[in-house]
Amino acid sequence: MDIPDVQPHEPAARYADSITKYIVIYVCILALAGVQFVIAYTHLSGTAMFARMLFVALAEAGLALMFFMHLWGEKRGFVLFVLILTGFVIMAMQYGWTDSYRMELGVPYSQSKPGAVQ
Amino acid sequence: MSQAEMSLPGHPVGTLTAPAFSVPAKKMAMWLFIIADAATFAAVLVAYGFLRNGSPNWPTPFRFSPTVLNAMLMTFILVTSSLTMLLGVRAAKAGDKPAAFLWTMITAIGGLIFAVLHLREWLGMIHEGATLFHNPWGTGLFGASFFSITGLHLLHVTAGVIALVAVGVRYKGGRYGADDLEVLGLYWHFVDLVWMFVVPFVYLLNVAHQ
Repeated sequence: MDIPDVQPHEPAARYADSITKYIVIYVCILALAGVQFVIAYTHLSGTAMFARMLFVALAEAGLALMFFMHLWGEKRGFVLFVLILTGFVIMAMQYGWTDSYRMELGVPYSQSKPGAVQ
Repeated sequence: MSQAEMSLPGHPVGTLTAPAFSVPAKKMAMWLFIIADAATFAAVLVAYGFLRNGSPNWPTPFRFSPTVLNAMLMTFILVTSSLTMLLGVRAAKAGDKPAAFLWTMITAIGGLIFAVLHLREWLGMIHEGATLFHNPWGTGLFGASFFSITGLHLLHVTAGVIALVAVGVRYKGGRYGADDLEVLGLYWHFVDLVWMFVVPFVYLLNVAHQ
Protein backbone atom coordinates (compact mmCIF):
# COMPACT_ATOMS: atom_id res chain seq x y z
CA MET A 1 0.00 0.00 0.00
CA ASP A 2 1.29 3.46 -0.87
CA ILE A 3 1.80 5.75 2.07
CA PRO A 4 0.60 9.33 1.43
CA ASP A 5 3.50 11.73 1.11
CA VAL A 6 2.75 13.95 4.08
CA GLN A 7 5.05 15.95 6.28
CA PRO A 8 4.79 16.50 10.02
CA HIS A 9 2.72 19.57 10.70
CA GLU A 10 4.58 22.86 10.78
CA PRO A 11 2.41 25.73 12.00
CA ALA A 12 2.22 28.47 9.44
CA ALA A 13 1.24 31.26 11.84
CA ARG A 14 4.18 32.41 13.91
CA TYR A 15 4.11 34.55 17.02
CA ALA A 16 7.75 35.63 16.82
CA ASP A 17 7.08 39.17 15.56
CA SER A 18 8.40 42.07 17.59
CA ILE A 19 6.25 43.61 20.29
CA THR A 20 6.61 46.97 18.53
CA LYS A 21 4.66 45.67 15.55
CA TYR A 22 1.80 44.51 17.79
CA ILE A 23 1.72 47.82 19.63
CA VAL A 24 1.60 49.74 16.34
CA ILE A 25 -1.38 47.63 15.21
CA TYR A 26 -3.00 48.16 18.62
CA VAL A 27 -2.62 51.94 18.33
CA CYS A 28 -4.04 51.84 14.78
CA ILE A 29 -7.09 49.92 15.98
CA LEU A 30 -7.63 52.39 18.81
CA ALA A 31 -7.26 55.30 16.39
CA LEU A 32 -9.86 53.79 14.07
CA ALA A 33 -12.17 53.31 17.03
CA GLY A 34 -11.69 56.98 17.81
CA VAL A 35 -12.60 57.85 14.23
CA GLN A 36 -15.90 55.99 14.75
CA PHE A 37 -16.76 58.28 17.64
CA VAL A 38 -15.88 61.35 15.59
CA ILE A 39 -18.09 60.17 12.72
CA ALA A 40 -20.99 59.79 15.16
CA TYR A 41 -20.92 63.53 15.87
CA THR A 42 -20.60 64.78 12.32
CA HIS A 43 -23.65 66.14 10.53
CA LEU A 44 -24.30 63.39 8.02
CA SER A 45 -27.36 61.58 6.80
CA GLY A 46 -28.06 58.20 8.40
CA THR A 47 -27.02 56.32 5.28
CA ALA A 48 -23.73 58.21 4.90
CA MET A 49 -22.92 57.79 8.56
CA PHE A 50 -23.68 54.07 8.41
CA ALA A 51 -21.53 53.60 5.29
CA ARG A 52 -18.54 55.39 6.85
CA MET A 53 -18.88 53.52 10.12
CA LEU A 54 -19.10 50.21 8.28
CA PHE A 55 -15.96 51.01 6.31
CA VAL A 56 -14.00 51.93 9.44
CA ALA A 57 -15.32 48.87 11.32
CA LEU A 58 -14.20 46.62 8.47
CA ALA A 59 -10.75 48.22 8.58
CA GLU A 60 -10.52 47.63 12.34
CA ALA A 61 -11.75 44.07 11.97
CA GLY A 62 -9.29 43.46 9.15
CA LEU A 63 -6.34 44.55 11.29
CA ALA A 64 -7.51 42.41 14.22
CA LEU A 65 -8.15 39.43 11.96
CA MET A 66 -4.89 39.60 10.03
CA PHE A 67 -2.46 40.54 12.77
CA PHE A 68 -3.97 39.78 16.18
CA MET A 69 -5.52 36.50 15.02
CA HIS A 70 -2.52 35.86 12.76
CA LEU A 71 -4.63 34.98 9.75
CA TRP A 72 -1.99 36.81 7.69
CA GLY A 73 0.55 34.19 8.74
CA GLU A 74 -1.57 31.22 7.69
CA LYS A 75 -1.47 29.57 4.31
CA ARG A 76 -3.14 31.51 1.51
CA GLY A 77 -5.69 28.75 0.92
CA PHE A 78 -6.85 28.97 4.53
CA VAL A 79 -7.10 32.75 4.39
CA LEU A 80 -9.26 32.50 1.28
CA PHE A 81 -11.35 29.76 2.89
CA VAL A 82 -12.11 31.88 5.97
CA LEU A 83 -12.72 35.14 4.13
CA ILE A 84 -14.78 33.76 1.25
CA LEU A 85 -16.94 31.49 3.42
CA THR A 86 -17.63 34.16 6.04
CA GLY A 87 -18.10 36.88 3.44
CA PHE A 88 -20.51 34.78 1.40
CA VAL A 89 -22.67 33.86 4.39
CA ILE A 90 -22.87 37.46 5.60
CA MET A 91 -23.59 38.84 2.15
CA ALA A 92 -26.33 36.25 1.67
CA MET A 93 -28.16 37.73 4.68
CA GLN A 94 -28.48 41.12 3.02
CA TYR A 95 -31.38 40.27 0.75
CA GLY A 96 -34.13 41.76 2.91
CA TRP A 97 -33.15 45.42 3.16
CA THR A 98 -35.62 46.64 0.52
CA ASP A 99 -38.36 44.96 2.54
CA SER A 100 -37.41 46.93 5.64
CA TYR A 101 -37.83 50.22 3.77
CA ARG A 102 -41.16 49.07 2.38
CA MET A 103 -42.65 49.00 5.89
CA GLU A 104 -42.05 52.70 6.33
CA LEU A 105 -41.81 54.17 2.86
CA GLY A 106 -44.22 51.88 1.07
CA VAL A 107 -41.67 51.05 -1.66
CA PRO A 108 -40.95 48.88 -3.53
CA TYR A 109 -43.92 46.79 -4.57
CA SER A 110 -46.17 48.02 -1.77
CA GLN A 111 -49.89 48.55 -2.43
CA SER A 112 -50.10 51.33 0.14
CA LYS A 113 -49.27 54.98 -0.26
CA PRO A 114 -45.72 56.15 0.41
CA GLY A 115 -45.10 56.95 4.06
CA ALA A 116 -47.81 54.65 5.30
CA VAL A 117 -46.99 52.33 8.18
CA GLN A 118 -48.86 49.03 7.84
CA MET B 1 2.39 -2.28 6.66
CA SER B 2 0.73 -2.01 10.10
CA GLN B 3 -1.63 0.70 11.20
CA ALA B 4 1.05 2.07 13.53
CA GLU B 5 3.49 2.36 10.65
CA MET B 6 0.91 4.17 8.57
CA SER B 7 0.36 6.93 11.12
CA LEU B 8 2.09 10.29 10.99
CA PRO B 9 4.87 10.97 13.50
CA GLY B 10 3.29 12.41 16.65
CA HIS B 11 -0.27 11.78 15.46
CA PRO B 12 -2.71 9.11 16.64
CA VAL B 13 -2.68 5.75 14.87
CA GLY B 14 -4.81 5.77 11.76
CA THR B 15 -4.22 9.41 10.76
CA LEU B 16 -3.34 9.21 7.10
CA THR B 17 -3.93 12.76 5.91
CA ALA B 18 -2.20 16.00 6.77
CA PRO B 19 -4.25 18.72 8.53
CA ALA B 20 -6.18 20.85 6.07
CA PHE B 21 -4.20 24.01 5.20
CA SER B 22 -1.60 22.84 7.79
CA VAL B 23 -3.90 24.11 10.53
CA PRO B 24 -4.05 21.76 13.55
CA ALA B 25 -7.43 20.25 14.38
CA LYS B 26 -7.98 22.26 17.59
CA LYS B 27 -7.22 25.52 15.82
CA MET B 28 -9.35 24.59 12.81
CA ALA B 29 -12.26 23.79 15.13
CA MET B 30 -11.95 27.22 16.74
CA TRP B 31 -11.80 28.95 13.35
CA LEU B 32 -14.92 27.09 12.23
CA PHE B 33 -16.66 28.11 15.45
CA ILE B 34 -15.57 31.72 14.88
CA ILE B 35 -16.99 31.67 11.34
CA ALA B 36 -20.29 30.29 12.65
CA ASP B 37 -20.42 32.81 15.49
CA ALA B 38 -19.62 35.64 13.10
CA ALA B 39 -22.62 34.58 11.06
CA THR B 40 -24.73 34.59 14.23
CA PHE B 41 -23.72 38.11 15.20
CA ALA B 42 -24.13 39.28 11.61
CA ALA B 43 -27.64 37.88 11.57
CA VAL B 44 -28.50 39.61 14.84
CA LEU B 45 -27.11 42.94 13.60
CA VAL B 46 -28.90 42.63 10.25
CA ALA B 47 -32.17 41.90 12.06
CA TYR B 48 -31.57 44.97 14.24
CA GLY B 49 -30.94 47.08 11.14
CA PHE B 50 -34.10 45.75 9.54
CA LEU B 51 -36.18 46.67 12.59
CA ARG B 52 -34.57 50.09 12.81
CA ASN B 53 -35.25 50.87 9.16
CA GLY B 54 -38.84 49.75 9.45
CA SER B 55 -39.67 51.66 12.65
CA PRO B 56 -40.90 55.23 12.26
CA ASN B 57 -40.30 56.05 15.93
CA TRP B 58 -36.83 54.60 16.56
CA PRO B 59 -35.29 56.47 19.50
CA THR B 60 -31.79 57.89 19.67
CA PRO B 61 -31.34 58.32 23.42
CA PHE B 62 -27.60 57.89 24.00
CA ARG B 63 -26.02 61.00 25.45
CA PHE B 64 -22.27 61.68 25.38
CA SER B 65 -22.17 61.33 29.15
CA PRO B 66 -22.45 58.69 30.42
CA THR B 67 -23.25 56.34 27.54
CA VAL B 68 -20.76 57.30 24.82
CA LEU B 69 -17.96 57.88 27.35
CA ASN B 70 -18.67 54.46 28.81
CA ALA B 71 -18.59 52.91 25.34
CA MET B 72 -15.19 54.57 24.72
CA LEU B 73 -13.83 53.17 27.96
CA MET B 74 -15.19 49.70 27.26
CA THR B 75 -13.69 49.74 23.77
CA PHE B 76 -10.30 50.78 25.12
CA ILE B 77 -10.38 48.02 27.75
CA LEU B 78 -11.41 45.32 25.31
CA VAL B 79 -8.86 46.26 22.63
CA THR B 80 -6.14 46.46 25.28
CA SER B 81 -7.14 43.03 26.59
CA SER B 82 -6.74 41.75 23.04
CA LEU B 83 -3.18 43.09 23.06
CA THR B 84 -2.42 41.49 26.42
CA MET B 85 -3.81 38.18 25.15
CA LEU B 86 -1.52 38.45 22.13
CA LEU B 87 1.46 39.09 24.41
CA GLY B 88 0.46 36.09 26.52
CA VAL B 89 0.33 33.76 23.52
CA ARG B 90 3.63 35.17 22.28
CA ALA B 91 5.23 34.45 25.66
CA ALA B 92 3.75 30.95 25.69
CA LYS B 93 5.11 30.19 22.22
CA ALA B 94 8.53 31.39 23.43
CA GLY B 95 8.32 29.05 26.41
CA ASP B 96 8.00 31.79 29.04
CA LYS B 97 5.32 30.18 31.19
CA PRO B 98 5.16 32.73 34.06
CA ALA B 99 4.83 35.67 31.65
CA ALA B 100 2.20 33.84 29.58
CA PHE B 101 0.14 33.10 32.69
CA LEU B 102 0.45 36.69 33.91
CA TRP B 103 -0.67 38.18 30.60
CA THR B 104 -3.56 35.71 30.42
CA MET B 105 -4.77 36.70 33.88
CA ILE B 106 -4.44 40.39 32.99
CA THR B 107 -6.61 39.67 29.96
CA ALA B 108 -9.19 37.97 32.17
CA ILE B 109 -9.22 40.98 34.51
CA GLY B 110 -9.76 43.26 31.52
CA GLY B 111 -12.70 41.14 30.44
CA LEU B 112 -14.11 41.25 33.95
CA ILE B 113 -13.86 45.04 34.10
CA PHE B 114 -15.58 45.23 30.71
CA ALA B 115 -18.42 43.04 31.98
CA VAL B 116 -18.84 45.13 35.14
CA LEU B 117 -18.97 48.38 33.12
CA HIS B 118 -21.49 46.81 30.80
CA LEU B 119 -23.73 45.68 33.64
CA ARG B 120 -23.48 49.12 35.21
CA GLU B 121 -24.64 50.64 31.94
CA TRP B 122 -27.52 48.21 31.73
CA LEU B 123 -28.62 49.10 35.25
CA GLY B 124 -28.49 52.78 34.35
CA MET B 125 -30.72 52.22 31.34
CA ILE B 126 -33.14 50.08 33.31
CA HIS B 127 -33.27 52.84 35.92
CA GLU B 128 -34.26 55.29 33.15
CA GLY B 129 -37.12 53.01 32.19
CA ALA B 130 -35.71 50.92 29.35
CA THR B 131 -36.72 47.27 29.38
CA LEU B 132 -36.95 44.48 26.82
CA PHE B 133 -40.48 45.52 25.86
CA HIS B 134 -40.81 49.18 26.71
CA ASN B 135 -38.81 52.39 26.98
CA PRO B 136 -39.73 56.06 27.48
CA TRP B 137 -38.20 57.23 24.20
CA GLY B 138 -39.87 55.32 21.37
CA THR B 139 -40.64 51.87 20.05
CA GLY B 140 -40.23 48.92 22.41
CA LEU B 141 -38.15 47.16 19.76
CA PHE B 142 -35.26 49.46 20.70
CA GLY B 143 -34.87 47.90 24.14
CA ALA B 144 -35.39 44.39 22.81
CA SER B 145 -32.69 44.74 20.18
CA PHE B 146 -30.26 46.67 22.40
CA PHE B 147 -30.38 44.27 25.33
CA SER B 148 -30.37 41.22 23.03
CA ILE B 149 -27.32 42.26 21.02
CA THR B 150 -25.27 43.59 23.91
CA GLY B 151 -26.42 40.67 26.07
CA LEU B 152 -25.25 38.15 23.50
CA HIS B 153 -21.88 39.89 23.35
CA LEU B 154 -21.68 40.09 27.15
CA LEU B 155 -22.39 36.36 27.31
CA HIS B 156 -19.43 35.73 25.01
CA VAL B 157 -17.20 37.99 27.12
CA THR B 158 -18.24 36.22 30.32
CA ALA B 159 -17.62 32.78 28.83
CA GLY B 160 -14.27 34.04 27.59
CA VAL B 161 -13.26 35.26 31.04
CA ILE B 162 -14.14 31.89 32.57
CA ALA B 163 -12.20 30.11 29.84
CA LEU B 164 -9.20 32.41 30.29
CA VAL B 165 -9.00 31.63 33.99
CA ALA B 166 -9.54 27.88 33.51
CA VAL B 167 -7.10 27.48 30.62
CA GLY B 168 -4.59 29.85 32.21
CA VAL B 169 -4.51 27.90 35.45
CA ARG B 170 -4.24 24.57 33.62
CA TYR B 171 -1.55 25.95 31.37
CA LYS B 172 0.42 27.00 34.44
CA GLY B 173 -0.07 23.51 35.88
CA GLY B 174 1.29 21.93 32.73
CA ARG B 175 -1.90 20.30 31.58
CA TYR B 176 -2.38 22.65 28.61
CA GLY B 177 0.23 23.93 26.23
CA ALA B 178 0.96 27.04 24.20
CA ASP B 179 -1.26 25.78 21.38
CA ASP B 180 -4.26 25.71 23.70
CA LEU B 181 -3.57 29.26 24.78
CA GLU B 182 -3.29 30.26 21.13
CA VAL B 183 -6.68 28.72 20.33
CA LEU B 184 -8.29 30.54 23.26
CA GLY B 185 -6.62 33.73 22.08
CA LEU B 186 -8.39 33.39 18.74
CA TYR B 187 -11.74 33.35 20.57
CA TRP B 188 -10.85 36.40 22.65
CA HIS B 189 -9.76 38.40 19.59
CA PHE B 190 -13.04 37.44 17.91
CA VAL B 191 -15.02 38.80 20.89
CA ASP B 192 -13.10 42.07 20.52
CA LEU B 193 -13.72 42.06 16.76
CA VAL B 194 -17.49 41.75 17.24
CA TRP B 195 -17.44 44.72 19.65
CA MET B 196 -15.91 46.83 16.85
CA PHE B 197 -19.21 46.38 14.98
CA VAL B 198 -21.56 46.57 17.95
CA VAL B 199 -20.30 49.97 19.12
CA PRO B 200 -20.93 51.93 15.90
CA PHE B 201 -24.19 50.23 14.91
CA VAL B 202 -25.88 49.87 18.28
CA TYR B 203 -24.45 52.80 20.21
CA LEU B 204 -23.11 55.46 17.85
CA LEU B 205 -25.96 55.35 15.32
CA ASN B 206 -28.34 55.99 18.24
CA VAL B 207 -26.52 58.98 19.67
CA ALA B 208 -28.73 61.85 20.78
CA HIS B 209 -28.01 64.95 18.71
CA GLN B 210 -29.06 68.14 20.44
